[in-house]
Amino acid sequence: MKPAAFAYHRAHDVADAVGLLSDLAARGREPKAIAGGQSLMPMMSFRLARPSDLVDLGRLRDQPGMTEIAHTGSTLRLGAMTTHRQVELARLGPDFAVLAEAMRYVGHLPIRSRGTVGGSLVHGDATAEWCMLALLLDAVIVAEGPNGRREIPAGEMFYGFYATAVEADEVVTEVRFTRAAPKAALTEFSRRAGDFATVAAAVTLEPRADGSLEGGRVVLGGVAPAPLRVPEAEAVLAGGAPGPELFAACGRAAAEAIDPRGDAQGSADYRRALTRTLVARSLGQAWERGDR
Amino acid sequence: MASTPEEPRFDGRGGKWIGASVRRREDPRLVTGRGRFVDDIHLHGMLHAGFVRATVAHGKITELDLSAAREVDGVVAAYSAEDLQLGDMVALLDRPPEEFTPTTMPILARGKVRFVGEPVALVIAKDPYAVEDGIEAAQVSYEVLDAVVSEETALAEDAPLVHEDAPSNVLLDVTSFDTPGVDEAFAEGCVIELVTRSGRQNALPLETRGAVASWDDRDEQLLVQTCSQVPHQVRTVLARSLRIPERSVRVVVPDMGGGFGQKCVVGREEIAVAAAAKLLRRPVKWIEDRSEALASGFLAREQRYRTRAAFTPDGQLTALESDIVCDMGAYSCYPFTVGIEPLMAAAEMPSVYRVPAYRVRARAITSNKAPTAPYRGVSRPQYVMVMERIMDLAARRLGLDPVEIRRRNVITEFPYTGINKVTYDPGSYLESLELGEKILRDEGWYELREKNPHLGIGFSCFSERTGYGSEAFAKRKMTVVPGFDVSEIRMDLTGSVVVTSGTINHGQSHETTFAQIVAERLGVDLAKVKLRQGDTERISYGWGTFASRSVTIGGSAVATAATRLGEQLCVIAAHLLDTRVENVGLDGDGGVIQLDDPNRRLSFEEIADVAYLRSHLLPKEAEPTLTATAAFDVPGDGTFSNATHAVVVEADPGTGQVKILRYACVEDCGVVINPKVVDGQARGGIAQGIAGALFEEVTYAENGEPSAASFIDYLVPTAAEIPDITVDHLETPCAFTESGAKGAGEGGTIGAPAAVLNAVNDLLWRTGVQLEQTPIHPEAVLAALAAADREKAGTGA
Repeated sequence: MKPAAFAYHRAHDVADAVGLLSDLAARGREPKAIAGGQSLMPMMSFRLARPSDLVDLGRLRDQPGMTEIAHTGSTLRLGAMTTHRQVELARLGPDFAVLAEAMRYVGHLPIRSRGTVGGSLVHGDATAEWCMLALLLDAVIVAEGPNGRREIPAGEMFYGFYATAVEADEVVTEVRFTRAAPKAALTEFSRRAGDFATVAAAVTLEPRADGSLEGGRVVLGGVAPAPLRVPEAEAVLAGGAPGPELFAACGRAAAEAIDPRGDAQGSADYRRALTRTLVARSLGQAWERGDR
Repeated sequence: MASTPEEPRFDGRGGKWIGASVRRREDPRLVTGRGRFVDDIHLHGMLHAGFVRATVAHGKITELDLSAAREVDGVVAAYSAEDLQLGDMVALLDRPPEEFTPTTMPILARGKVRFVGEPVALVIAKDPYAVEDGIEAAQVSYEVLDAVVSEETALAEDAPLVHEDAPSNVLLDVTSFDTPGVDEAFAEGCVIELVTRSGRQNALPLETRGAVASWDDRDEQLLVQTCSQVPHQVRTVLARSLRIPERSVRVVVPDMGGGFGQKCVVGREEIAVAAAAKLLRRPVKWIEDRSEALASGFLAREQRYRTRAAFTPDGQLTALESDIVCDMGAYSCYPFTVGIEPLMAAAEMPSVYRVPAYRVRARAITSNKAPTAPYRGVSRPQYVMVMERIMDLAARRLGLDPVEIRRRNVITEFPYTGINKVTYDPGSYLESLELGEKILRDEGWYELREKNPHLGIGFSCFSERTGYGSEAFAKRKMTVVPGFDVSEIRMDLTGSVVVTSGTINHGQSHETTFAQIVAERLGVDLAKVKLRQGDTERISYGWGTFASRSVTIGGSAVATAATRLGEQLCVIAAHLLDTRVENVGLDGDGGVIQLDDPNRRLSFEEIADVAYLRSHLLPKEAEPTLTATAAFDVPGDGTFSNATHAVVVEADPGTGQVKILRYACVEDCGVVINPKVVDGQARGGIAQGIAGALFEEVTYAENGEPSAASFIDYLVPTAAEIPDITVDHLETPCAFTESGAKGAGEGGTIGAPAAVLNAVNDLLWRTGVQLEQTPIHPEAVLAALAAADREKAGTGA
């Protein structure tokens, strides 16, 4: 459990990081940017990841906005180097409270204290809370690369197993959550506290003035190679009467729509059963929110 | 005369120090990072070692080429079995061939490999990073053979043989206690039948294994500093394997972060590393990393019981029959052999109950999995689970309360000689059961269960033999028979004492509890007593720490040595006070007083002054210096601790997750030396028992690939999963041990799986599903609950 040899570079700002990553790549090396290192370092220790060069983004914390949480209008902007713990402790207001509340599911306290929002999104784990929340709240991921700055909508971010739209020579600088969701919740199941979720369900609900639902959004983790929006389940919510029966029906629709793989933590059937439960529970929690 | 704390008490049954929750003396250094663990040892010129390990579970080595490894930057040497030419490890039982088949464990694999992770070659380098580079560069090819990964594949007619020189994969097959009346009882009684299984577990000490070996030319000696529970046994294997005299090996054990039995067998790696240090004449360190520990550390607990029990209509157990198969993995561990689990289970299965007729067949099978070592509780978590399931199932069948059926069957008269020919010394089997039940009743859990269909209550009631003496171990028919322990005590000029023990503290607080025993015996302050363990040069011989033997046997040896030193002090003092020895006594405050004139007193310092510096003043019957030695062995069948665990669980109907709401332990380990320490042992043990009940399991793919490569897959529970645990103490003093104490190290682990499984099955009863294996997977709980709910809703399956 010792990493293979690698060269270490410290980036001083975003441009420096992009320059290092693209120069190294151009020289035929396989560089990798490291922020909090909470996923990359274990993978390197197992020698599952073997970058030739690490470009340390740690100094970017000192750059303007990189660890900033800013609420403007109906958008929440997070600097890419913001830690999970910062978000957990932040007062985000009712529109984005779900972000702070979901943070308790991110690993353990030491992981939350070092891991970063940008790092988690680029890593693209199928059970990562940030990836699910990005889909749920229409996040825009801002990346800078040798050709300048581009904005990646969350819907175009996650491709598959640890595969995201961010290129190897790009650095994520910020994430903007553009969809306010006062009625939102994320719940997870894992056998131990702090583990990767076996299944996780993030939802939003949009009530109409007459008490029925305009619609809602359902995002699942742990049931596919990447975080997954489930339109079949969302369809159940549109126009429905909010309550346990509708939420259970939505959970059933979500469970039927997915095709999860089984592993040691649970069979495909079990993941479907968990999906039923967690979607319904998340909806119940989301509905309660804001009424209090 | 009323006893006061200040008064000397020399009967060892209580007083100033015994029974006091004094603070652990080892904690200040451990919690401030000033302990000395193996990995804290840095020697001049030290190299690092790691192992090329088998990547297939069963295969012939067709190529082993270390030349590329030797070329890696930083690598100093690389060795195969052929390079080192070490003697094999062989652990034997004195049993006929139809019962036991001996096998050998090479230090490095020779010719073939038998499990994923088996050490094949050793790489030595300047740092641990280069070690791993060297390991990657080693070329090993295998001709893959079919792997034996289950009871079915092991016992199949045409099964591949794990050991070619064994006629089958069954290495131990013993049928015992075929008492008359077994078949008759089954013909007449209410018969409960069940098959139970328990998953393969890793004892998982927080500190992984490791060793630093160095050769000293001046001492002509190999110094091996290793985290082992059994340093003298490591010395024996080292001397044999390296073909050098035992005096040329010194094994020292520094601070240890747990062992739980995994370190009470000799590891192949510590031998290989020592051989390399001797060859290279340079210190070599090996620290097992966590992935090695998970893949190739000694495992335990994978057992299957097919059991029948007969009861009379009023709930009296009349007969017990079990067929036990223990999957012992690829090798027989030294010194315990593959018999460790099956022989324990066969001998002790009747547990706390009166069993009139008993028949048992116990087998050890070998498979292409990491080998097994004793793990805290050794088989008792498994057979207690069987017995406690039987009690609950019989209670259901006969319409009795689960506590009532136990009440009707537990042994209440002592000493009791069971059908298994084991004599049980007095315990509080019934009392602990009744107190356990009372705790749950008083707290209202029974009423809560009425209202909540997802709540279950479970009990386990058990005893455990602690401190096996040599007589008890001899019944196993091992050729290496552990049992006794020795102690030497020495008082210096300042009246301080150093006492040795052949036991090994690896978390049990010996530095505190043994000092309490000695302080009580000598009547000195605790701060005056220092315990020394874990050095084969300093301790003449020892069996180390396992099987809850430390306080019973080791504690009795230090108590006896302290008593003898006290007698010496009295002899010298009587002479110096010019009175008869019968007229003096220890005063409990570091001195000897004249009984008929307590104003006449000599302090230990004054006596020591004569014993060392003015020995011409000594009486004829006293030799210079103040030292005493003692050996102690528990006679006969030894002593049994007992406990009842009472558990309330709740299942989440949406996920099947089991949460423990209440865990009460009522335990009896005889005279409690230090209540806080016993509480800690009980809680830690219960945490490990819960781990087995609900979380941990090493599973294997069909090709023998283990699942548990990291803590992502091996679900060791965290503090978040372990509930608060209350511990109540009953005290039935042991007549055989010096302080009246019984062992307390394993009970928690033994009782937990049974109690948790019973509680889960209690809530599942209405579903018609009963789970008979551990760990309990939430998926199985959910499936049972969901099926029942569907049935109730009338929607069918």
